[in-house]
Amino acid sequence: MIETQEKSGLQKKKAPQSGAKGPKRVTKLHEHIIEIISDSGEGAQRCGQSLGAIAARMGYGIWTIEIIPAEIRPPARSVAGASGNRIRIGEGQVTNGGNETDLVVAFNEQVLLGRVRSGQLKPGCLILLEDKWRQDPDPAIVASYVETYGQLVKAGFRVLEIPMEVECLKHVRDARKGKNMFALGVLCSIYSLDLQVAKDQIALTFGKKAESVIQANIELLLAGFEWAEASLDFKYAIPCKRPTEAQIVVNGNTALALGVLASGMEVCAMYPITPATSASHYLAEAFEKVGGVLHQAEDEIAACAFAVGASYAGKCAVTITSGPGYSLKQEVIGLAVMAEIPLVIVNVQRGGPSTGQPTKVEQGDMLCAVFGSHGDAPKVVLAPATIEECFYCVITARKIAETFRMPVVVLSDANLATSQSPFPRPAFDVAWFAPPIDQTPAPAGAKPYAWDPETGLSQRFIPGQAGGTHTLTGLAHDENSHVAYDPEINQRSLRARSLKLAALQKTLLPPPVFGDPEGDLLVIGWGSTKGAIEEAVAGLRKEGHRISSVHFSFIQPLPPGVKEILGRFKHHVAVEVNWSDDPNDALIDETNRRYTALAMMLRSRYLVDIDCWSEVKGQPLRPAKIREVLMKKLEEVEA
Amino acid sequence: MSTVTPNPNECLMALYEERHEIEDYQKGVPRWCPGCGDNAILTAVQRLCRDQNLRPERTVFVSGIGCSSRLPHYMNTYGFHSLHGRALPVAEGIKMSRPELDVFVNMGDGDCCSIGAAHWIHAIRYNMNLTIMLHDNQIYGLTKKQMSPTSPLGLKSNTSPRGAYLEALNPLTVTLGVQNVSFVAQTVDWNPELLYQVLSAAYRHKGFSFVRIVQRCPEWLPKMMDPWMQDASKVLLLQHPDGVTLSPESSRLFNNQEAHDPSDIDRAREIASDIDPIPVGVLYRNPEVPCYEEVRHDPHLRTSAFVQHGLEAEFDKFTVWPEEPEAPKSHRKQTRK
Repeated sequence: MIETQEKSGLQKKKAPQSGAKGPKRVTKLHEHIIEIISDSGEGAQRCGQSLGAIAARMGYGIWTIEIIPAEIRPPARSVAGASGNRIRIGEGQVTNGGNETDLVVAFNEQVLLGRVRSGQLKPGCLILLEDKWRQDPDPAIVASYVETYGQLVKAGFRVLEIPMEVECLKHVRDARKGKNMFALGVLCSIYSLDLQVAKDQIALTFGKKAESVIQANIELLLAGFEWAEASLDFKYAIPCKRPTEAQIVVNGNTALALGVLASGMEVCAMYPITPATSASHYLAEAFEKVGGVLHQAEDEIAACAFAVGASYAGKCAVTITSGPGYSLKQEVIGLAVMAEIPLVIVNVQRGGPSTGQPTKVEQGDMLCAVFGSHGDAPKVVLAPATIEECFYCVITARKIAETFRMPVVVLSDANLATSQSPFPRPAFDVAWFAPPIDQTPAPAGAKPYAWDPETGLSQRFIPGQAGGTHTLTGLAHDENSHVAYDPEINQRSLRARSLKLAALQKTLLPPPVFGDPEGDLLVIGWGSTKGAIEEAVAGLRKEGHRISSVHFSFIQPLPPGVKEILGRFKHHVAVEVNWSDDPNDALIDETNRRYTALAMMLRSRYLVDIDCWSEVKGQPLRPAKIREVLMKKLEEVEA
Repeated sequence: MSTVTPNPNECLMALYEERHEIEDYQKGVPRWCPGCGDNAILTAVQRLCRDQNLRPERTVFVSGIGCSSRLPHYMNTYGFHSLHGRALPVAEGIKMSRPELDVFVNMGDGDCCSIGAAHWIHAIRYNMNLTIMLHDNQIYGLTKKQMSPTSPLGLKSNTSPRGAYLEALNPLTVTLGVQNVSFVAQTVDWNPELLYQVLSAAYRHKGFSFVRIVQRCPEWLPKMMDPWMQDASKVLLLQHPDGVTLSPESSRLFNNQEAHDPSDIDRAREIASDIDPIPVGVLYRNPEVPCYEEVRHDPHLRTSAFVQHGLEAEFDKFTVWPEEPEAPKSHRKQTRK
């Protein structure tokens, strides 16, 4: 049942004794990865989020990842129903979810199995397991528990049974609603976290509820803490420094939504889709306080068309979606390209094609973002790489959309969407905010598409503006927006729309190289993989390898200077979370191989032999896995 | 700072807006087929704009794709010739953002009732203050004679060579069947006075004013409307002070009439279900249904300071403050006990 771990052949370690008194064994660490998992509805999510927030408030670097089942209420004690949170706590900045888990708190043994089978737990991982199932009235449950417990121990995990339910019932009537805070208290003791900060965090989390709710939760927190202090014989200590500046702790979707507020956008039209929807949940609450409108349309197409209408009427508009919704929006995005209407489209990528893996990580939409819609539809594509960039890139996207009168696609993904990591609290800059559109009467003879021959740009007139009346159309049209089938006009107007990308590119800076500007191997990435790639590259550099990496936040247009950067390295490998054929597969050779998306774009554009590696398992890439791949590549390169 | 005292004469002058003539709304030469009902609709619309003295720069015509949807190109106002079936959500985005604009929507029968059917149903629910013209000639014109959802049973077309195999969809009963419906009317393209009066009533109604215009297609179905045009008893004229009332001269052309109170939805549904005689006039009108743009529109003046204030309050919710140095008091107050 848990074969992967049994094969690891690790030594079984003795579990720490319960009821230990006296001095504790304190292990100093640089970082640890902790998971809290339960059945859906038992509060492990909240426990994990609170733990992350407490650690962040104390100055630790953190990266949290949600563990979400595909169903809302999966059956209790089911393998697929595991719900919870994974928190990487480190003494310095933490830029990604890291590798395997070091310590797990599990509310039952079944929710562990999926984690074990998919290789999420480190060999020898410490498991704190609720033990009430041993005395369950249902003999089948007892049998399952005992069997699984035995297997876990046999597989080399250090399983420590803890009486969560028994202890909670001393304080509350319904232990189902209290175990999460008890577990939080236990973790505060294990990781020597500041109890006062923990209490403050609980007060903040339950701030909207009654004082009695806050008190009950704090009581459980203290119960967990005291139980651990009295019963466990070990502690972990990770050094940390109190932060010197204010930090914002949100996930990528909330960061995107805050960017929508900050940019002065006024309309967000959407249709619910995982994993993009939480951004609109947040906006539904916050947006209207600053005079914005969140419109839930009848479908994705309508949402996009609504945003186009709002933008045409002079408001900054955004539509937020995910893969399948993005496919539906392509028709209207083409209209925005053709009619030159500013529009920001956020695509929080998920696993696909089709309905694919809604809650899983993938970077599969780059090519349809760049080349999508039909015909030749030039548009700008940006990809945030961190939670912080999720905030700023929306502001950038809006600015580009309005300046260049074109759609801008922001490619986030499920990894950024649900992960939390602190970033410095932004200081409001009035330049973020959309300036009012010039509505002075248009001069006589003004044309709605007076394309500048050097840049392709033209001034837009919006309804209400005297002298500017014209009819926009998705049909081929001339400078006056008159439908035109003149043999020259389509070519001329397409040139103008395409030229805008070149004009934008001229305003960009070359991407910074992480590591030395030249060397043996350049690792290329985009989007949410940045932290993991750079961690792997930094490790290899420390060992003396001539390796660097470059990360693209502009996908279309690509930034300037890329050819020069590529030219300074002997070999190149793109690391992405989308498909590439394995060159060692029996049927695959260099003439029929499919490459990952960015590798393919760079190969075609710069005629550089860029290799690629990818993994589409629905999980964020792990630095250790990337390191292993790069090591192999370096061996070939250095030989 | 000096204070400007308003000149009473100038204030009075402002009350008298510039009068517009029909030519002010005309643009280009329509490229519809001779005898096409779209020409009549365009003429009625331009007359309506003139009579209501709509300011061209504050008027927007939004359309989908099809012969009908070329109409905005012939109006000297703002216009948006969008995508097949998508005119309504585009118009909704415009109206939501700028409720002060007069927004009209032109759609064909395929546009509205087939590819755009979902948007149509929901647009009725939203009940935004839009004037909707469904140009219904019961055939696809621009793509050359394919059956439409409103084509009558048995109609031969390029996609139904043995005759349309389904009963036609009735746009009136569909619209009247949606909760929140606020205005439903029907007219024909060949009676200019009726066409004008119905469009005018639709424009004056505040809400989603849906007008189905039964329209001729001289190219693909040249004789289709003859029975109604030639036999006045096959048309039922609905007249009422709350709906439309035709002049006695125009009214005399209809020997089949009913005094129908448009607030009576049950009778409106009965009338709408009947296709022989076809009813013309206002079937239903309810000015009490709330408009989405009013329910949702936020009257706040969005200055950067206003947005900054809201944003900082949101930031406060997620801020982890450093211990030292002290963070600004205004922020701490809201986040710490």
